Amino acid sequence: MIAIDDISALSSHYDLVVVGAGPAGLSAAARAADLGLSVLLADENPAPGGQIYRAVTTTPVVQRDILGEDYWLGAGIAARFERSVASYAARCTVWALGPDETSPGAFELGLSLGSKARMISAAQVILATGAQERPFPIPGWTLPGVMTAGAAQIALKSAGIVPAGRTAIAGCGPLLYLLAGQLAAAGTEIVAVLDTTPRANWAKALAALPDFLRSPYLAKGLKLMAKARRSLRFVSGVTGLAAQGDRQLSGVRIVRGSTAETLACDTLLLHQGVIPSVNLASAAGCALDFDETQHAFVPRVDAWFASSVGGIAIAGDGAGIGGAESAALRGEIAAFDAARKLGRLSEAERDRQAAPFQAELTRRLRGRRFLDLLYKPAAQFLAPPADETIVCRCEEVTAGQVRDAASRLGVTGPNQMKAFLRCGMGPCQGRLCGPTVVELIAQTRGTTPAETGYYRLRPPVKPVTLAELAALPPTDEATKAVVR
Amino acid sequence: MFRPMRERAASATLAFSFDGQPLTGRAGDTVAAALLANGIVACRETPVSGSPRAPYCLMGVCFECLVVIDGVGNRQGCLVPLAEGMRIETQHGRRQFGEDAA
Amino acid sequence: MSQLGNSADVIVIGAGIHGCSTALHCALRGLSVILIEKDHAGRHASGVNAGGVRQLARHVAEIPLSNASMALWHDIENLVDDDCGFTSDGQVLVAEDEADLAQCRARVDDLNLRGFHHEEMIDAKELREIVPAVSETCPGGVISRRDGAAIPLRATQAFKRKAQSLGVDVREGVKVTKVEPDGAHWRVVTDAGNLVAPRIVNAAGAWADRIAADLGEPVPLEVIAPMLSITAALPAFIKPVVILRGRKLSFKQFGNGTVLIGGGYLGRAIRDENRTILDWHKLASNVRTVWELFPIMRGAPIVRSWAGIEARMPDDLPVFGRSARHEGVYHQFGFSAHGFQLGPGAGAVMAEIIATGRSNVPIDGLGIARFATQAGSAAHSAR
Repeated sequence: MIAIDDISALSSHYDLVVVGAGPAGLSAAARAADLGLSVLLADENPAPGGQIYRAVTTTPVVQRDILGEDYWLGAGIAARFERSVASYAARCTVWALGPDETSPGAFELGLSLGSKARMISAAQVILATGAQERPFPIPGWTLPGVMTAGAAQIALKSAGIVPAGRTAIAGCGPLLYLLAGQLAAAGTEIVAVLDTTPRANWAKALAALPDFLRSPYLAKGLKLMAKARRSLRFVSGVTGLAAQGDRQLSGVRIVRGSTAETLACDTLLLHQGVIPSVNLASAAGCALDFDETQHAFVPRVDAWFASSVGGIAIAGDGAGIGGAESAALRGEIAAFDAARKLGRLSEAERDRQAAPFQAELTRRLRGRRFLDLLYKPAAQFLAPPADETIVCRCEEVTAGQVRDAASRLGVTGPNQMKAFLRCGMGPCQGRLCGPTVVELIAQTRGTTPAETGYYRLRPPVKPVTLAELAALPPTDEATKAVVR
Repeated sequence: MFRPMRERAASATLAFSFDGQPLTGRAGDTVAAALLANGIVACRETPVSGSPRAPYCLMGVCFECLVVIDGVGNRQGCLVPLAEGMRIETQHGRRQFGEDAA
Repeated sequence: MSQLGNSADVIVIGAGIHGCSTALHCALRGLSVILIEKDHAGRHASGVNAGGVRQLARHVAEIPLSNASMALWHDIENLVDDDCGFTSDGQVLVAEDEADLAQCRARVDDLNLRGFHHEEMIDAKELREIVPAVSETCPGGVISRRDGAAIPLRATQAFKRKAQSLGVDVREGVKVTKVEPDGAHWRVVTDAGNLVAPRIVNAAGAWADRIAADLGEPVPLEVIAPMLSITAALPAFIKPVVILRGRKLSFKQFGNGTVLIGGGYLGRAIRDENRTILDWHKLASNVRTVWELFPIMRGAPIVRSWAGIEARMPDDLPVFGRSARHEGVYHQFGFSAHGFQLGPGAGAVMAEIIATGRSNVPIDGLGIARFATQAGSAAHSAR
């Protein structure tokens, strides 16, 4: 691995640029480099691992069992990448991806590193931008003291810090139980795990149960559940939540059907499953479809994870949630195809080498549908019923405002909604409001999220300062011409 | 809000300040993690209503951890590693233009 | 009214601000209207432009239409029941040096001779009072005080909604494939069936050349994608819209603190895919001008850049008025990246021409006949 810590050290052109250093990106980059491609792996974070293996090479957590054995699998993936000859730019943001207008079929990427921006080109691109937690809008979720469960896990992994006071964890999904177990093991006082899994989901998920019973998810899930349930207070059947406090969280109001109680706490961790991070893929023109089972917009990909834009593949959870082990396999498979497209592997050779990874991927994904159906969020957590609930955290737009615009002003989609309410126009660029705004419009107008569509995402997908953009080297064109 | 775990690998200690208050952090932590570990409740006030916000996702997605670092505003605290002597400040609403805003 | 019927007094093709405005004003005059849009109202240029409501620095041929429009903008809420986010803090043309300033002076003198007084010279002192952040080296400029800005998509959709409330049959997601004669009427062939009307208005923006070609009036329309960028919210530091005399820049801070940066740098439009491709090297030039002129902006985060799909004519003037060949056909397109302000007024004038056969607002020099080919002997023949 060649570490790049200055933007001027980047080449002007790579055979393959991989975005994101989680399991998919690390595996794709290592595989492609092994196959002889010139590879750049660009990632925003200070160290490899992505979110699931966050800080796996640098974590200050010494007691290994706190994070669990699955986490440490990431060390092997990172180590293999480090042995490869791929270039690695940490703390590097990819803010634009589009066609290279000077070279048909190639791509131009805008990158920032150390407060400097640069445009480079690539013949192939693999987006391994992973997942983010599904927005979980409840009244009061913007109060300091409320954060995502994933954030608490990242704090634990990367900094060895844990919530200091009384902590409640709310929502549903496998991560909820994993995190509860990890935080408890690390010494956090967990006052309750508030489970919002709708009881009706069990019936819907039942059809997918046989696959699940034969899946690797099962053993893992049972272990997590058992560990968490052993010692913690579980409150199931939660139908409503509201964070309370004045300028800071003081408690959480819990509704279970017709009863309600308030629980005092200092930290409230929210989790409602994860969804693909689609901003870069979408801004690059990759088509998205609404996946009913995962209840999320997911990029359209083929069996090799090629997107609708020729030359851009999407590997890992960014192409639909499958988990860490699947992500690594998807990265490998996408890399084989990139090598084939660049003429380094014949089609037959690609198929032969990729076959074992594809077989393992199929095995790994067995049972996923059961989890997706079981942990599908309840309607009231997708589209908050209380009008005052903030939906767009950046522009402080409420659910009531979105509903009103959708009904009174006849706004039919999220892109039009931006012009009326500014939702999705703040610095997070819709990442924390997009799914909710879509849900609210669909609900109000009696349509589906698929019909409503998603934000058209516009670059830069992460803000770039005016100074950075103004200082783009004007000689880039010339440099590129020479290098090619 | 947060505290270090009982067992945490030893690392160099860095001195920094938040709104003028001298604090210390662990080398290797991000700015957002260092603020959380020091019990800082809020790191910015929103441009729209002025309400206080704290780091929310710690993975570069939510932009709630925007702070002013060494005079430069709108920095994502969860992506910037803490450095010795850093001057970190609350980002108040629409950040005032600093002299060294460039 | 012909709700859900297939005929009307007027069919308007294209629900940009022009099509919506013309539909609205036709309805106000008692005509039945079907308004057809292939996407949704304001999806393209009308919804994603800079929102400038500007009389400043317009071509003389457009000024009467622009004046008519400005009167409507200042009373916009009465017209469409929505303020459209319209604010009027003036627009300022900044001269960067003495040569620029001399040209500004010549322009204002010329306008005064023609009887137009909306543009006024300002000196360096007044420039800095109005635009305190501007670089110290600029010697003055021109101001148009009644100018301002509005929110483009919101304004366009307000026109659509008001038109709808007056009975206009708005059909979004319907694509016109062909326009052809049908006896004494016109048949508009769409992917959702045929429509017939004695009068049709071609307000199809960047797609209008296809309609014009169907009608035997080909035009040299260029499809362009002017790029814009916007920053995160910044402290208020500038009220009027600022444009430069020399270099390409337009600049506007909204009430919420965000700053819009434009100037007509072009990306690439792929109109058949509703898609544009940005050119970051040109955007870099665009923001470099801001970097030089407004030093306090240097640390501002750019949160979005985009481009709309627009029609530009070779002379940068719209095609506006009756067809040169056919009775009952009217053109209203090719506004060449400065049509937003003209929308309300142009719709009113177009409706007047359709309903009464004439308008007091002069539109000389804007007709489609100026693009008739040399062999265009057919230019005056009735169909």
